[in-house]
Amino acid sequence: MFASFDFDVIRRSLGYLFLDGMAFTLTLTALSALGGIIFGTLIALMRLSGFKVLGRIAGLYVDFMRSLPLVLVIFWFYFLVPYLGQWLTGASRPISVGAFTSALVTFIMFEAAYFSEIMRAGIQSISKGQPAAANALGMTYAQTMRYVVLPQAFRNMLPVLLTQTIVLFQDTSLVYVLSMPDFLGAASKVAQRDGRLVEMYLFAAVVYFTISCVASFGVRRLQARISIVR
Amino acid sequence: MNYNWNWSIFFEPAPGGTGTYFDMLLSGLWLTIQTGIFAWIIALIFGSIVGVLRTLPSKTAYWIGFAWVEFFRNMPLLVQLFLWFFVLPELLPRSWGLWLKQMPNAPFYTAAIGVGLFMSARVAVQLAAGIASLPRGQKQAATALGLTTFQGYRYVLLPIAFRIIMPPLTSEFLNTIKNTAVAITIGLIELTGQARSMQEFSFQVFEAFTAATVMYLLINIVVVTGMRFLERSLAIPGYITGK
Repeated sequence: MFASFDFDVIRRSLGYLFLDGMAFTLTLTALSALGGIIFGTLIALMRLSGFKVLGRIAGLYVDFMRSLPLVLVIFWFYFLVPYLGQWLTGASRPISVGAFTSALVTFIMFEAAYFSEIMRAGIQSISKGQPAAANALGMTYAQTMRYVVLPQAFRNMLPVLLTQTIVLFQDTSLVYVLSMPDFLGAASKVAQRDGRLVEMYLFAAVVYFTISCVASFGVRRLQARISIVR
Repeated sequence: MNYNWNWSIFFEPAPGGTGTYFDMLLSGLWLTIQTGIFAWIIALIFGSIVGVLRTLPSKTAYWIGFAWVEFFRNMPLLVQLFLWFFVLPELLPRSWGLWLKQMPNAPFYTAAIGVGLFMSARVAVQLAAGIASLPRGQKQAATALGLTTFQGYRYVLLPIAFRIIMPPLTSEFLNTIKNTAVAITIGLIELTGQARSMQEFSFQVFEAFTAATVMYLLINIVVVTGMRFLERSLAIPGYITGK
């Protein structure tokens, strides 16, 4: 069944697949994870702050995002971001935003909901004595969070944050619905140009599988090391 | 915002002559529910088998379960759907491949099976964790009573394990329904797909997506309420969730 396979189509397009496609995917993953974790931490802090209204807003945002399919959210932001940009910059008409920016905003806003739940669990896992001690030392709320609570929460949650980042890496393939040139998009373009769907999709599957497997193996090793330290 | 809102668009006839735009979205909603339930049944069946395999003493069974979970968890769902939809018919013998390609409703079956198998890996992990969380005495008591391994799982371990993992299973069910939206890429016109085509026909982007969003929120509310009711009626008194 592999007799009619044309492995050369993969070799010929390697440069395009990895230097363009995979670079797009990895940049999008890294920046979205970074932005998502920052936003997610802020949302978690809002939920855990004593202010009821702030907590409600953050909770509603998280529940709202988590009940929508990512594909729908990608479409939403694709059309919404130009208007948001117009509103933010005060321009007279919707501004045009590049595909990458639109995807980046989408993933940061969407993943922030998921990262915030992880950070919330991380902050709640810190024993009460820690912030109390910081308080006794005369630290302000910001200092307590910055120097005492968040560093420990990050450290405890690092494996979970990284696992979520692997999920995010797989989810970035959904920018396909906007025909963006991520790894899968690149593979699909070559596949359709050369009529080699089988080879290209199998190759894409193998690449995603290998990267995710290696990454989750690394996370498991890290987890083992961290749990010994504690 | 200089966007022309037009909420009455839902009552205008949609191209295609099958009714209004609202009817179009409703048919998408119905397809989303159908695909989601079909996929969930597949996920539950395969997830249960694989989850049990991961807890059996046999090394072979454990490895089969491990391989299944890693295979379906380490590839994006979109890529998996492409494999089932575009690649599988080409790899099968010619006549089978032709039959697959000519099957009516191919996107529906591909989506249900593809999403179902993808989710089965998650169900398996949850179930294996649920079984592992049971006290060792349960299994030993089953053995002491003379139950076979199968009977032990059927009458002792699984009934309790499934009740313990009800809350995570609820969110996996919701994930299954949400994940059916990925099938838009293989031509399944479910809720997100219908919202997208409504946007293309009518240019009322935000109305279309708002309606789809509200419908997804409704699905969530219905499922969460229903599952909470089910959880309460299935809770074992005096045990874990039974309060």
